[in-house]
Amino acid sequence: MEFNGILVVSYIIATILFILALGGLSNQETARRGNWYGIIGMAIALVATIWGIVSQAYVELIIALLIGGTIGLIAARRVQMTQMPELVAILHSLVGLAAVAVGFANFLDPGRLAHYQGVDLTIHDIETYLGILIGAVTFSGSVIAFGKLSGKIGGKPLLLPARHWLNLALLLVVIWLGKGFVAQSAAGGGMVPLLLMTIIALAFGVHMVMAIGGADMPVVVSMLNSYSGWAASATGFMLGNDLLIVTGALVGSSGAILSYIMCRAMNRKFLAVIAGGFGTSEGTQLAGGEDQGEVQPIDPDETAALLSSAKEVMIIPGYGMAVAQAQHIVHELTQKLRELGVNVRFGIHPVAGRMPGHMNVLLAEAKVPYDIVFEMDEINEDFPDVDVSIVIGANDIVNPSALEDPEGPIGGMPVLECWKGKTTIVLKRSMATGYAGVQNPLFFKENTRMLFGDAKDSLDAVFKAL
Amino acid sequence: MKIGVPRESHPGERRVATTPEVASQLMKLGYGVAVQSGAGEEASFSDDAYREVGCDILGSTRDVYEQCDIVLKVRAPEGDEVGLLRSGQTLISFIWPAQNPDLLKTLTERGVTALAMDSVPRISRAQKMDALSSMANIAGYRAVVEAAQHFGRFFTGQITAAGKVPPAKVLVIGAGVAGLAAIGAARSMGAIVRAFDTRPEVKEQVESMDADFLMLDFEEEDGSGEGGYAKVMSKEFIEAEMALFAEQAKDVDIIITTALIPGKPAPRLITADMVESMKDGSVIVDLAAEQGGNCELTQPGQVVVEHGVTLIGYTDLPSRLAAQSSQLYGTNLRHLLTDMTPEKDGELVVDMEDEVIRGATICKEGETTWPPPAPKLSVAPKAAKPAAPPPPKPEKKKSVAGPIVMMVIGGLALLGLGAVAPQDFMGHFTVFVLACFVGYMVIWNVTPALHTPLMSVTNAISSIIVIGALMQISSDTALIKWIAVATVCITAVNIFGGFAVTRRMLEMFRK
Repeated sequence: MEFNGILVVSYIIATILFILALGGLSNQETARRGNWYGIIGMAIALVATIWGIVSQAYVELIIALLIGGTIGLIAARRVQMTQMPELVAILHSLVGLAAVAVGFANFLDPGRLAHYQGVDLTIHDIETYLGILIGAVTFSGSVIAFGKLSGKIGGKPLLLPARHWLNLALLLVVIWLGKGFVAQSAAGGGMVPLLLMTIIALAFGVHMVMAIGGADMPVVVSMLNSYSGWAASATGFMLGNDLLIVTGALVGSSGAILSYIMCRAMNRKFLAVIAGGFGTSEGTQLAGGEDQGEVQPIDPDETAALLSSAKEVMIIPGYGMAVAQAQHIVHELTQKLRELGVNVRFGIHPVAGRMPGHMNVLLAEAKVPYDIVFEMDEINEDFPDVDVSIVIGANDIVNPSALEDPEGPIGGMPVLECWKGKTTIVLKRSMATGYAGVQNPLFFKENTRMLFGDAKDSLDAVFKAL
Repeated sequence: MKIGVPRESHPGERRVATTPEVASQLMKLGYGVAVQSGAGEEASFSDDAYREVGCDILGSTRDVYEQCDIVLKVRAPEGDEVGLLRSGQTLISFIWPAQNPDLLKTLTERGVTALAMDSVPRISRAQKMDALSSMANIAGYRAVVEAAQHFGRFFTGQITAAGKVPPAKVLVIGAGVAGLAAIGAARSMGAIVRAFDTRPEVKEQVESMDADFLMLDFEEEDGSGEGGYAKVMSKEFIEAEMALFAEQAKDVDIIITTALIPGKPAPRLITADMVESMKDGSVIVDLAAEQGGNCELTQPGQVVVEHGVTLIGYTDLPSRLAAQSSQLYGTNLRHLLTDMTPEKDGELVVDMEDEVIRGATICKEGETTWPPPAPKLSVAPKAAKPAAPPPPKPEKKKSVAGPIVMMVIGGLALLGLGAVAPQDFMGHFTVFVLACFVGYMVIWNVTPALHTPLMSVTNAISSIIVIGALMQISSDTALIKWIAVATVCITAVNIFGGFAVTRRMLEMFRK
């Protein structure tokens, strides 16, 4: 690996630009600039590498870049904002796949044995092994996550018996195979254990994500984001390339923090989420079976009357809004109400939707100004002053039993306390429970009204009645 | 079956058990509806209005009782009316069986099936037929209106050219349905409202109505009894409570008392001394006047002035808003009848298996069925509360020890690594650890709204793995070269797609 000065400097510049990109993305005002830093950094890194390291096969390289780039741009343009979680998941899988491919290519390189000896070779092999391992888990996990998010695979957690032991066994087998791989690789072999490990890692990724319920998807998506970073980092170790190591570590740690933030928002332990099986505990489900009382339906005309006579309206969107594609009519309704002098605000729960920040993206797409969109912590205390809260296709994030029933499956999770307002209108297709499978006492509260039907159709009717 | 609505015979009673709107809905259940001429007059519902929706108008009370199978009333039957009821007939009205044992006996003897609206159990499912709550709501509202009528000042504070007007201070004792309605009405007129209740769980409700909840400086005692009502408190508690009222009486302009304990005379909360200590022109509205009054000086049914304070002891507050209370009461009745007419064929079914109907039915076909077995659950289940505090404790302990153990293990692992790893690796490793920390610092304060764009941009950046493929693409081995080409292709999807979609998302975030 012959590094010359200019290449190193280019890599340093690219690294700085990546850090600036991530920093920029943490704030609305600087976010767009941050994205540009990222693009420039990537361009510098690519050009420097192509110019400094690539010595042949330019034609293939350019063609590959063009094909991939075109597909990427088309996908980015075509994707619906509601499908964003799927897109992000499938893109993660590509990073995982790339890590696996690079790892195998590196292993196949005949120059490898000439370049490394002794401890160096062992470490290099472990790095290769780890890179492929993480890459494969990221790949298969992301593909499953994509399937779950796009509805191709059911959202219910798949729980194999003794799954924790199964995972442990897989881990031990992977370590044992790793030992065999290192031993054989010094002698020039090692392909068999490497392949076996890849298959096990793929199975592990599938198993891991299959066991996680739909409500935990935001955590899974950010966790896979983190994995894709670690995969890049491991590849960087393997190739002795600091740019890869740094960038991978940046992405890895940022994904890990996002996962942590998501878990904290649900008051759940990271390990508990990874272990999966959300919403499967049974004890408290019985409590939901007792006489909860009756729900009180409302029709769109009454809803419109209620809204137009309100002063403070809070809209709480959930995954149902994304499913019904209702964000545009929500915006029109918001505009109309604001013209009528109603103060409309949005309350977003950190884990609403299937991806961190999912609701914000949807509302932004519908051109809802972001200064009336608030986080849970910012507005939760304001609910007693709210005249009407509209819950659009959300369930668990407005479930009072999270606070009232500490033993329940969602016990202790902070929720939007909309029931403290004067009236809550819940838009829902049916009385089915949310992803957590917990009955929601909110629906039976005295000041709650249910507006049944598809969120978009219902809101259309409300909008017409206004 | 035919439903009959006689004119209320109690003097001063203006309400009527059915409005034209409710009558038309009862007909949808398959019933015929007959109304005595002039029954709705006092509540502003004319005979013509009833006729319009298809009711028969009957001349006398006797006709109604003779021709109809079900009699709907507001007040319990009095005097001659009792004699008009016959075996097999159904009566639905307020009856107060505990206070009127003779009436209950007579009704049983006559073979009447009687449902008392005051005995509808207080469970969530029965809320829609809870006439006590709907009447209490009206009484609470009206209490404020009456208070305003007799109070010689504004409720709201104002600064005018002619000087400053202080806002009225209202104390509401008992934050049940009536109390909360009074709080809401007084608040909306601009008064400063304070409220007191022995049940601590209503604090939140009071505060949600924008009133102050007065706390007793007293070791906590929960005053919630069965079915969401209050219960009798201990002697010490009552003393502390009285001290609070005595202090408040000197300060407030209006006191509205709504304290009632089921089956007991109303507790005496406002003594003559307290009334004397109030400012001249103050008003006390005693909603418990019918049960003896919360104030010592209240005269039930009358307005009196004592020590310069107006004491309002009206017992017919809902009747003073006759149109509204008839409407709500009629709707409560309709909900009950809907539940009792499962086939919607105009045939009444008294299903004694149904908890609500069982509770309301006080006598059936010659048998007294009152009092009913106790309702199954209280409105606010409180069993969960004591269980809540203990669990967090062990968790806290764990979270202190956890990181230390993790750090020690991590440190040992690093030391072990440092001992065997070559120089070159440690250099990369340093870079790696530092980068992790930089990532942590940079990301920690990210706005939650930007999580999705952040993820797509980090995803694009993680395709820096393309460098690995670029390093291999110039290999002389064809297999490696083609793997590398394929890798470049898929990472290119990621690079271009990731940045482009981030850009698209960020373009949408507009103020």
